[in-house]
Amino acid sequence: MEQIITTIINGLSLGGVYALIALGYTMVYGIAKMLNFAHGDIIMVGGYTIFVFMNATGNPIIAAIFAAVVCVILGASMEKLAYKPLRGASPLAVLITAIGVSYLLQSLSQIIFGPTPKTVIVADLGVTKIGNVTISNSSVLTLILTVIIMIALTLFIKMSKTGRAMLAVSEDRDAAKIMGVNVNGIITITFVIGAFLAAVASLFYLLKYPSISNTMGSMPGIKAFTAAVIGGIGSIPGAMLGGLLLGVIECIFNSFSEIAPYTDAIEFGILIVLLLIRPNGILGKKKREKV
Amino acid sequence: MSEAVLEIRNLGINFGGLKAVQHVDITVNKNEIYGLIGPNGAGKTTIFNMLTGVYKPTEGNFALFGEDLTGKSQRYICRSGIARTFQNIRLFNNMSVIRNVMVGLNDDPQLKCSVFSSMFRLPTHFKTEKAMRQKAKDILAIFDLLEERNNLSCNLPYGKQRKLEIARALATSPKLLLLDEPAAGMNPNETAELMETIRKIRDMFDITVLLIEHDMKFVSGICDRLTVLNFGTVLAEGTTEEALNDPEVIRAYIGG
Repeated sequence: MEQIITTIINGLSLGGVYALIALGYTMVYGIAKMLNFAHGDIIMVGGYTIFVFMNATGNPIIAAIFAAVVCVILGASMEKLAYKPLRGASPLAVLITAIGVSYLLQSLSQIIFGPTPKTVIVADLGVTKIGNVTISNSSVLTLILTVIIMIALTLFIKMSKTGRAMLAVSEDRDAAKIMGVNVNGIITITFVIGAFLAAVASLFYLLKYPSISNTMGSMPGIKAFTAAVIGGIGSIPGAMLGGLLLGVIECIFNSFSEIAPYTDAIEFGILIVLLLIRPNGILGKKKREKV
Repeated sequence: MSEAVLEIRNLGINFGGLKAVQHVDITVNKNEIYGLIGPNGAGKTTIFNMLTGVYKPTEGNFALFGEDLTGKSQRYICRSGIARTFQNIRLFNNMSVIRNVMVGLNDDPQLKCSVFSSMFRLPTHFKTEKAMRQKAKDILAIFDLLEERNNLSCNLPYGKQRKLEIARALATSPKLLLLDEPAAGMNPNETAELMETIRKIRDMFDITVLLIEHDMKFVSGICDRLTVLNFGTVLAEGTTEEALNDPEVIRAYIGG
């Protein structure tokens, strides 16, 4: 029983990290109609930024703030330099560019920091014991902050000018333009929010797995993308749900030592089965064909 | 006499080799309700697309209150005061009725609120939100849509969706409103009511209306003047009665 509670809390906090990354994928997909495969690498850039500032200052809060600033600048310039010139180009060209940006970031990090993984202990928050249940405080902190961020994001999207404009652009970009919505500005804001969430995710990810490498963004990136697709890509609550679900599933399977090596295969297997049953994801909307 | 709101001069566009619209001259005066009619494929919607910046004209120009807007961006044109509705309704389907109107209010200079203050929910955010909501409600009230304001726009009946499109366009505080087949698919009662509403908003908001319509009863009931297009060129123009009785126009419509 104690084991189950610990596993579920760990799962939810890992799921929170996936959800934060998945939100970046899903929002960019919904609004800019593209898959930003370099999104996972923003986590890696956030990771190295935290590493540099942890070594320089030793203060995790300063490191986190700098990671957020660096990632936001990266997200905005990625959009401006790589994707904006391709607006209106074929989706395939944009997709290839995103993969190119991903490799560019990984190679740059290899040139700057070398190929050997670095270790950084961001903070040791210890554990809390309630009865027989042992819970790591970093998991609880991750879970609480993720929930707060998700609520704030939902409020922002539903109840603000910019959020409404984002929804309008995702539904009908041309009609939104004619209504005076600054579509380019909205797309930039979307990338900035996505990059900020990725920076937060990189901090939480490092609390769990304190190792930084050139490709550290790929696996959580792909998992989060899977989460976004499971939830229904383009849907914000879908990304949250998909992320949490995937995190819990991962932790449950990892807690059985015989199954643990196959966890990744099982997760992607779930994706395949789910797509067969619900091609639009759990909360994805069916596209009705208009005659 | 009255001031010219929209002046279209020698407007034309080619798609590849196809001359979709050419040599179109139209002058719409202040507070006029001006009709643009013609058989299918005559280039009416293409003209609307040029006037809202969706297409860039390949020749000629058009000006709103003397300011040349030819080839400007959709957003710039919207800010300058041209708003439109669409022939095939293009509402934001998964947003509520009131939010559709609020998107139209997005660029309102009196309702400014930075992304920063929205994100951190500063007092300006709540003030702007409240003012926007109120303004959207005022507009919805004109169209009798206040009751349905929290419904998803895709769940409205067809006639109401058409009205909501006009409401959303009005929210951008236009000086010239372009209506693309506003009465399409409406029954005679709804059409009569729509005529009243269009006159009412023209007077309330002091705007000018340019509309495309196929329903001749509607056109003759509401338009002050008309331009008749056929094969992308002007076939006739004048007061509604003159234009509709022009033998060329009758031939184009009935054939022969």
